[in-house]
Amino acid sequence: MLEVATFPTAAEAASAMTDQSRFLGGGTLVMHRVNYGDQRFNRIVRCTDPALRDIRTEGDRITIGAGATMAAIIANRDLTFLAPAARLVGGPAIRNMATVGGNLMAPHPYGDLAVALLALDGAVRLADGGEQPLADFLAARRGIVVSVTITRPAGDAFRFRKVSRVKPKGVSVMSMAAHLNRSAGRLSNVRIAYGAMGPTPIRVPAVERALEGASLDENGIAPALAAATEGLTPPDDPLASGWYRKEVAPVHLRRLLLGEDR
Amino acid sequence: MKTPVTFTLNGAEAATFVEQGANLLDVLRRGVGDLSPKYGCGQGGCGACTVLIDGEPHLSCLTLAETVQDRTVDTAGGIADGPDLHPLQKAFMEGFAAQCGYCTPGMLMAAKSLLDRNPNPSREEIEEAISGNLCRCTGYEPIIDAIQTAARGRAA
Repeated sequence: MLEVATFPTAAEAASAMTDQSRFLGGGTLVMHRVNYGDQRFNRIVRCTDPALRDIRTEGDRITIGAGATMAAIIANRDLTFLAPAARLVGGPAIRNMATVGGNLMAPHPYGDLAVALLALDGAVRLADGGEQPLADFLAARRGIVVSVTITRPAGDAFRFRKVSRVKPKGVSVMSMAAHLNRSAGRLSNVRIAYGAMGPTPIRVPAVERALEGASLDENGIAPALAAATEGLTPPDDPLASGWYRKEVAPVHLRRLLLGEDR
Repeated sequence: MKTPVTFTLNGAEAATFVEQGANLLDVLRRGVGDLSPKYGCGQGGCGACTVLIDGEPHLSCLTLAETVQDRTVDTAGGIADGPDLHPLQKAFMEGFAAQCGYCTPGMLMAAKSLLDRNPNPSREEIEEAISGNLCRCTGYEPIIDAIQTAARGRAA
């Protein structure tokens, strides 16, 4: 028998979590499991605190509540740089439901927004008060996320690309995001993230290192393309094999970096 | 243990008791007897269960039923005005936009939420609005045409 436990604050909800519990955000992940009779949990924990949905801007730092939906991101004037990534998640109904916090927990091949947040150097705040870089959180996925804080990228420094076979709504063959700071024609503070190329969205240090100090042109990015899948073992799924993902990743990375709109 | 839930369904008050963990689709169909939303995939892939919650499209099969307490739910079962079909229903019927009809209630609600917001959508905007709704019969073109026809009829 399934039980639903509702709490007014995230801290109370977090302390009520057990191995047999799932935290309900927008429902698109947890209710799917309920509908398919998942026996690994017998308790849904939810939190009704409206503050979880807040999106707050302080200077260049933007804090997005874990309960904010994709639709709320698209509608927010301070998040226009992130809207294209949110728009590529599901269809309109999913975007009215799916939350930022849920996206961080989404199994392969989902979690495209998390890829964007990784490249924006996201930091996660947890219900127990702890803070973690998003990459660390994704590696363990422990705790109830309260919010994600990102830094607004300068100009066109942020880029996002989702590769899918069906448009306008398709699941990721892969997704990629980049933060490319340029000073005097050289790249600095480069952050690259991939989705659907590992068990969770990941940062790609080999590519970041290859781009640091490089120029953003064909020759400059060549070493980064050569390192595009270094150390990665992308999963096989019905959309694409891991082999295919490895083969095409450099092509899509090139398009992302050079801003080729294809 | 069952939880009491009251909400506004198609303009009228609805009250029922829901099982813990029940989804809204089950409660609409079996709890209050509105058979218009359909169960397709149960995982957010097909859109057959699309309803409007507070005017915005949601997938009722992925909505925890008790979360609609005190909110407004609109389904395809409530869009006709008595014996007069909604302009979208009329356009779907006249344009052969339904074959088996299973996707139709979801398509209608996705289209209605678009036209409520944007009475004169472009073809691309219509495609985007129904991008979460699968149809395996029509190839989508008659559906897109019907939504455009309904929009024109309404705008005129």
